[in-house]
Amino acid sequence: MKPLTETKAFTATRNACKLCAPLGASMAYKGIQGCVPLIHGSQGCATYVRRYMISHYKEPIDIASSSFSEESTIFGGGPTLKLAMFNVGNQYKPYHIGVTTTCLSETIGDDVPQIIKEFRGEAPELAHIGLAHASTPSYCGTHVDGFHQAIVSVIKYLSSEAEPNNKLVLLPGMLSPADYRYLTEIMERMDIDVIMLPDLSESLDNPHWEDYKRIPDGGTTPEQLKSLGGAKSYMQFGDVLNKGMIANTVKRKNINTPGSVLEEMYNMPGATTGFPIGINATDRFFNLLEKMTGKAIPEKYTKERGRLVDAYTDGHKYVFDKRAVIYGEEDFVIGLTEFLTEIGIKPVLIATGGESSAFKGIVKSKLNPRHNPEIMVGADFEEIAEKCREIEKPDIMIGHSKGYYIARELNFPLLRVGFPIHDRFGSQRVLHIGYEGAHRLFENIANALIEYKQENSPVGWKYM
Amino acid sequence: MDIINERKLQVATAGANAPFKMECGKKSTAGSVSQRACVFCGSRVVLYPITDALHLIHGPVGCAAYTWDIRGSLSSGREIYRLSFTTDLHENEVVFGGEKKLYSALVELIDKHKPKAAFVYSTCIVGVIGDDVEAVCRKVSAEKGIDVLPVQSEGFNGTKKDGYKVACEAIAKLVGTDNNAVLPQYSVNILGDFNLAGELWMLTEYYKQMGVHINATITGDGRVDDIRKAHKADLNIVQCSGAMIHLAKIMKEKYGIPFMKVSYFGIEDMSDALYEVARFFKSAELMAKAQTLVKAELGRLLPALAEYKKDLEGKKACIYVGGAFKAISLVKALRLLGVKTAVVGSQTGNSDDYELLKELCDEGTIIVDDSNPNELSQFVKQTGSDIFIGGVKERPIAYKMGLGFCDHNHERKEALAGYEGMLNFAKEIYATAMSPVWQFTRKGHNNSIETQDIASHSRTQDIASHIKDA
Repeated sequence: MKPLTETKAFTATRNACKLCAPLGASMAYKGIQGCVPLIHGSQGCATYVRRYMISHYKEPIDIASSSFSEESTIFGGGPTLKLAMFNVGNQYKPYHIGVTTTCLSETIGDDVPQIIKEFRGEAPELAHIGLAHASTPSYCGTHVDGFHQAIVSVIKYLSSEAEPNNKLVLLPGMLSPADYRYLTEIMERMDIDVIMLPDLSESLDNPHWEDYKRIPDGGTTPEQLKSLGGAKSYMQFGDVLNKGMIANTVKRKNINTPGSVLEEMYNMPGATTGFPIGINATDRFFNLLEKMTGKAIPEKYTKERGRLVDAYTDGHKYVFDKRAVIYGEEDFVIGLTEFLTEIGIKPVLIATGGESSAFKGIVKSKLNPRHNPEIMVGADFEEIAEKCREIEKPDIMIGHSKGYYIARELNFPLLRVGFPIHDRFGSQRVLHIGYEGAHRLFENIANALIEYKQENSPVGWKYM
Repeated sequence: MDIINERKLQVATAGANAPFKMECGKKSTAGSVSQRACVFCGSRVVLYPITDALHLIHGPVGCAAYTWDIRGSLSSGREIYRLSFTTDLHENEVVFGGEKKLYSALVELIDKHKPKAAFVYSTCIVGVIGDDVEAVCRKVSAEKGIDVLPVQSEGFNGTKKDGYKVACEAIAKLVGTDNNAVLPQYSVNILGDFNLAGELWMLTEYYKQMGVHINATITGDGRVDDIRKAHKADLNIVQCSGAMIHLAKIMKEKYGIPFMKVSYFGIEDMSDALYEVARFFKSAELMAKAQTLVKAELGRLLPALAEYKKDLEGKKACIYVGGAFKAISLVKALRLLGVKTAVVGSQTGNSDDYELLKELCDEGTIIVDDSNPNELSQFVKQTGSDIFIGGVKERPIAYKMGLGFCDHNHERKEALAGYEGMLNFAKEIYATAMSPVWQFTRKGHNNSIETQDIASHSRTQDIASHIKDA
C-alpha cells in the first residue's frame, strides 16, 4: 500500500479532522448502563477526552485513568491498571469497567487480558463487576474505530450464550442522543424487543438530577447484555464501520465489526445498512426492519415521510445545485452525501479524517453522476481550507464545529451537525436520522441559505 | 465522607485543631478520575500563547487534536499558535521510528509559516519508540536558522506541574539570545499571564500609566524576539506562580534578575501588584501614579460592587481551579462580594499555598488538593454551597447539582483580571446566583412551590425579590 504521506501535500497533520480511538471507545462505554470507562495510559488522555466530551454533551463525564508513571512505562502498566480497577470498583460501584488502551500502553506491550485475569484472582470481592477491554492505540484509525472496538469488546467480554429469544440487536454507531431516542421510539411504536448497543439515548443526555449520580442513568442494561447471545438477529448502521482501523497499519490485517462478532460468536444473522439520513436511506432502514421483524411501519412514520416530501417540494428550488462542503467521520459523511444528493444539493468537497480505502468508492456510489466533487481521505482542516479557497466559492458547509474558522474566513454559512459541536448549545439534541431528522436538516439548510442571501442583500425582503 | 485511601492526606479543614502538612504535588492516584491532565498538558498550556512560534506535537493525533485553539489567549500580531500541528504518528512510525516524519514535518511547516522559533513537544510514546528528538531539532535548527526547541513533555513523566517546568526550561533557552537591546529604566517582564480575553493588555496599560516599561510578556501575546531579550529587564513580575516560577528562578540565578509574585485577581491583589512594583523601584513618582490610578479605578468600581454585594451577601462558594495562587485571590475577591468560601482546592498547589489558604479561609473551610468529581460533589452537598467556580470539567457537576457556576479556566472568553475583570467577575457571580432558573431545580422547587418554607433557602427568596425589584 502506498504510504499516506505520498498522497498528502504536507507530512504534518494541520488541524486534524479526526480524534483518537480512546475517545470513541469511552463514548461507547458511556452507553452501557453502569459502565465506567477507564483509559489505560497517562492521566492527560482521560482528562482531555473528558473535557472534549463535556464541552459537547454538557454532562458530567467521568472517565478514569490508570495514570501511568515513568515506572509503569518501564516495568509495565499492570500494577497501575489493577489499582485503577480496584479504586473505580470501590468508588463508583459500577456494573462494568470498560478498559480502553492508548498509544503508550500498546507500545510498551501491556497484555491487558492477562492483567484482567490476574486482577480477577487478586480482587475476588470485585468479581461481580464486568471487565471489558478494547485495544485502541491512538496511532491506528480514528475515534470512530475506537467506538466500534469498544462495542466489539462489550460483546466479547460482557455477553454470553443465552436462551434463544425474539430480540433485535441494534448497533447504531456514533450518533447523537437525540438519534438514539428517535430509534428507541420507533422500536416502542413497532413493538420490537430491541437491545440497543450501546444506548446513548439517556446516558449522555440526562435530565436535571435530584441528587448527584456518580454514574448517570441509561445505557444498555445488564439484563439486555445477558440475553444478547440468544437474540434473533442484528442490524448495524454504517458502511465503513471500524474497517479504517487497518488502513496504513503494519500489524493488523483484518478487523471484526460488531456485527461480524455477533455472527461469529452466536451464529446470529443480521444486516448492515448505512446511516438512515434522508428519505432513501430511511426507507431502506424501515423496509429492512419490517422484513426482519415482520412488524408494520406505524402510521406516524408514513405521515412523517409524507410531511417530509411536502417540505422537500416546498423548498427544493432554494437548495438546488447549491455547492456544499461536507466533512467528518466516514459513515456520517456517506450518510450526508446521500441525503444532500437526494435534495439536489451539489457536494463540491467531501472530506474525512479517516483513512479507510473503501470510503471513496462508497461516496461515489451515492453521488449524482452529474456531480464530481473532490473527495479527500485522511484529510485535515488545513487541506480542506486550501481546497475551499481554490475552488469556486461554496454556498454552505455542513459538519461539526471545528470547521467554523474556514466558514468564517471564506464567509459562507456552517450548519453544525455531528460531533463535536463545541460552540453552540443543544449539540446532544441534534437529530440527524429518520424522516424527522431529514426534515430538520432540510429546513436548517434551506434557512441557512436564505438567511445568508437575506443578510447580504441590499434590499432585505421580509418575505420570500 | 468517601475518599480514596491514598488521598486522605490531600484533604484538610481550615482552623482545625490538628493541622497537618498537606500532601500535594504527588501523582494522581490511579482510578481516581483526577481533574488534572499530564506533563504534556502543562507544557502545552504554558507555551501555547507564544504567538509567532511554531508548535509541533510529535505523537499520534489525539494530543494535538484536543489542544487545538484551546486557550482564550489573544494575539496582537501573528496567529501561528492557533494552528494545531502534529506528526500524527501511525503504526508504521511506531514500529520503525518517527524521526524522518518529524524532520520533514518541521522543514515544510517552517518553510510555509516562517515562524520565529519552533517548539517540538514529545508525547508519551516518543521516548518509548526511541526517537532522538533533540538531534532532529538541532539538524533543522542548523538548516533553517531558527531555534528549534525540544520540549520533553512525555505525559507520564510526572504531573501537569512538571510540564510547566519543562516549558520554562524550553523558554529559558531562548532568553539571553539577543544582547543588543537597550531598555529604558523601570523595565519589567510579565510572567505567567496568558492574555486570556485580553487581560494582559489591561494590565500592561496600568503599568504603562505608572511609567513602567514592559519588556517581554511571557507567554501571553508572547513574541520570540521579546523573550530573547527578556534578560535585560530589571524585574520579573510573576503571576500564576505554579506555571512560571521556575523560569523566574532560572533567570534570577543566571542573570541576577529579581522576581516578585503577584496576582491580578481581585482589588486587593491587583492594587498590591502595582504598589509592589513601585516599592521595588523605590520610586515615589511610580507610587504616586499607582495611587492615583488605583483611586480612580476604585472610585468607579466600588459603588458598582456594593450593588452586587447586597444580593450576594451570605452565599457560599466552592472553588476548584488549576493553580492555588488563583484560588487564594478568588477567596479574597469573593469576600469582597460578601460570598463565603466553603470549599477551596486546586490541581497543582504546593504546601505553602495550602498553608496560606488555611490561614486565609474561615474556620471549617474544606481545603483539597487534586480532587475528583466524587469528592467535589460530596463537598458541595455537605457544605450547601450556592456557587461553584472552576473549569470545564467542573461545570456540569455544578449544573447537575443545581448550583450556579463561574468559568475561571484558560478557555474563558471573559476578562476576569484587573479592575475591569473584578467587575466582570462580580457580574458573572451575580448572574449565576440570581438567575430565576434555579426555581425549577430541586432546591428551588421544594421551597417556592411545595413547602413555601422560604426562610430555609434564602436563594429562592433572593430571586423572588430580585424579580419584584426588576
